[in-house]
Amino acid sequence: MVERTAAPEAPPESDPVMPRALADIAPELDPALAAPSSLREFWGDFSQNRGAVAGLAMVIALVLVAIFADWIAPHSPIEQFREATLTPPSWHEGGTTKFLLGTDALGRDILSRLIHGSRLSLFIGFISVTLSLALGVVLGLLAGFLRGITEIFIMRLMDVMLALPSLLLAIAVVAILGPGLINAMYAIAIVLLPHYVRLARAAVIGETGKEYVAAARIAGAGPLRLMFNTVLPNCTAPLIVQATLGFSTAILDAAALGFLGLGAQPPTPEWGSMLADALEFIQRASWVVTWPGLAILITVLAFNLMGDGLRDALDPKLKR
Amino acid sequence: MLAFIIRRVMQSAAVMLTVAFVAFGLFNFVGDPVASMLGQDATPDDRARLRADLGLDDPFYKQFASFVGNAVKGEFGLSLRQGRKVSTLLKERMPATLELSFTAAILALVLGIPMGVYTALRRNSWFSQVLLTISLVGVSLPTFLIGIYLILIFAVLLGWLPSFGRGDVTALGWWTTGYLTQSGLKAIILPSITLSLFVMTLVMRLVRSEMLEVLRTDYIKFARARGLTDRSVHFGHALMNTLVPVITIVGLQLGGIIAFAIITETVFQWPGMGLLFIQAVQFADIPVMAAYLCLIALIFVIINLIVDLLYYAVDPRLRIDRATTGH
Repeated sequence: MVERTAAPEAPPESDPVMPRALADIAPELDPALAAPSSLREFWGDFSQNRGAVAGLAMVIALVLVAIFADWIAPHSPIEQFREATLTPPSWHEGGTTKFLLGTDALGRDILSRLIHGSRLSLFIGFISVTLSLALGVVLGLLAGFLRGITEIFIMRLMDVMLALPSLLLAIAVVAILGPGLINAMYAIAIVLLPHYVRLARAAVIGETGKEYVAAARIAGAGPLRLMFNTVLPNCTAPLIVQATLGFSTAILDAAALGFLGLGAQPPTPEWGSMLADALEFIQRASWVVTWPGLAILITVLAFNLMGDGLRDALDPKLKR
Repeated sequence: MLAFIIRRVMQSAAVMLTVAFVAFGLFNFVGDPVASMLGQDATPDDRARLRADLGLDDPFYKQFASFVGNAVKGEFGLSLRQGRKVSTLLKERMPATLELSFTAAILALVLGIPMGVYTALRRNSWFSQVLLTISLVGVSLPTFLIGIYLILIFAVLLGWLPSFGRGDVTALGWWTTGYLTQSGLKAIILPSITLSLFVMTLVMRLVRSEMLEVLRTDYIKFARARGLTDRSVHFGHALMNTLVPVITIVGLQLGGIIAFAIITETVFQWPGMGLLFIQAVQFADIPVMAAYLCLIALIFVIINLIVDLLYYAVDPRLRIDRATTGH
């Protein structure tokens, strides 16, 4: 399980002369700050990193595959072809073009299962990261703005969560909630939570002392507007980076939980549980293990590469 | 120093209490023990008596206090599945897990540090690029997949090493060790490699980035200007200064290794605590689950505490910081 944290005390400074908050309040003041130009600048930085672009391309391809899974997949992911169990891939001896990557022990087409599995993996990543990010940002903002007893309470709780090995925490949560895909997602979201809270809090504390925040305060912005409209947009870079890397953590963790039989339940075509089912056939049919493993590797690698590229482009200070 | 220690011990106690709370929560969330103990044709009177005997009618805080009290003594009751004392079960399984984790940690250090040094010193050589690429792939692969492939290659195709189990073990008192027999040593190779790979890549990347940082500093330039040999500069000056963070990270990862052994033990059917825990989760064997959670958390917390104290002892800057800002 990957535990990486983008630098907590490195808020982005896309434009030191005029912070984005002012553009939010009065966008007509400076048309140069409109979205396209900063996007183009970002793309310029991002596209210099070839690995990152490759990662982005893979992620886009995966998303497309996941969206159009019903049309791309040659068969249903749970349909069992009883006469064709453990068929090897088509280019092996005995393989047919009907099952391009072969079939598993129950005669289900592996390619179709992988294609539908991409949907699940991205869904798991998306839901758990979104949940965790949303909750983490709110808690982090609260801790950073209110300080005092709220901050101590929230941060100590996060310390306790960080003090346990992430996998153990996830398994404990699943053990309490009961095995299943949805509960695995909650567990992963909980495990990821402390990183976002700490990042958000550090960014908020770094930003609140700056003059544009004081200006917004004097202009009469209420606490909610200060939190979400003024400060939050200026803390997004480390959060975006962490969220991208969180995707790969979530997919790996979900695969591990699925492998242990605590995540997706059969016949759901989840990559980790596909691997667990395949384990006993490894001697006779190694392809049933190879393909899901390759799918996990490619997906996680893509998100890792993209996350590294995003970090370099959004947070120049972190570049080594 | 004393205040620091006291504060850290208090924090650790808070963590342990939280974990105990979660473990205690398992008992309350997962099913009703009275129903599973009495069966269907028990009368309400039977239930009430059993509830009172088990102390289930006590208020929540009292139950929790007695749970913590028993946990401190190592009493977690009987395993629901095996009908034996949980503490005995864990004690039987503990040597296997600890030997595996220890071997993995040593492997990670012994291989990870030289690889990190090499990739830092020969930054542009093709071999460094290969190592870095492999490490990126290694971070992106689930542990269990690496284990499965090691089994496929070394146990199934080549037939050199066993694919599961611990081999023959020798008993030393209550501790059983696989280090003393040939089959035990053979059996530990694949699981420990599997378990160590992730930490190994972590150590390698950490040593590399720290080395690159240190090599840029003035005292390295000064050491070179004094005409010291490359070897002395690289290993005597640079490496020594990178070791503090490396030891910290490895120490903190050690607890993680023990926890991640769950997956490796499942892949290799290694008879350790992790395997016991996973079986317990599948059978909803709550006393075993609760005891394992508490035990691992305890190991993790103790390691964290030791690392923090060591760090404090090794790095004088921490002490100066506190002295100037604290008062």
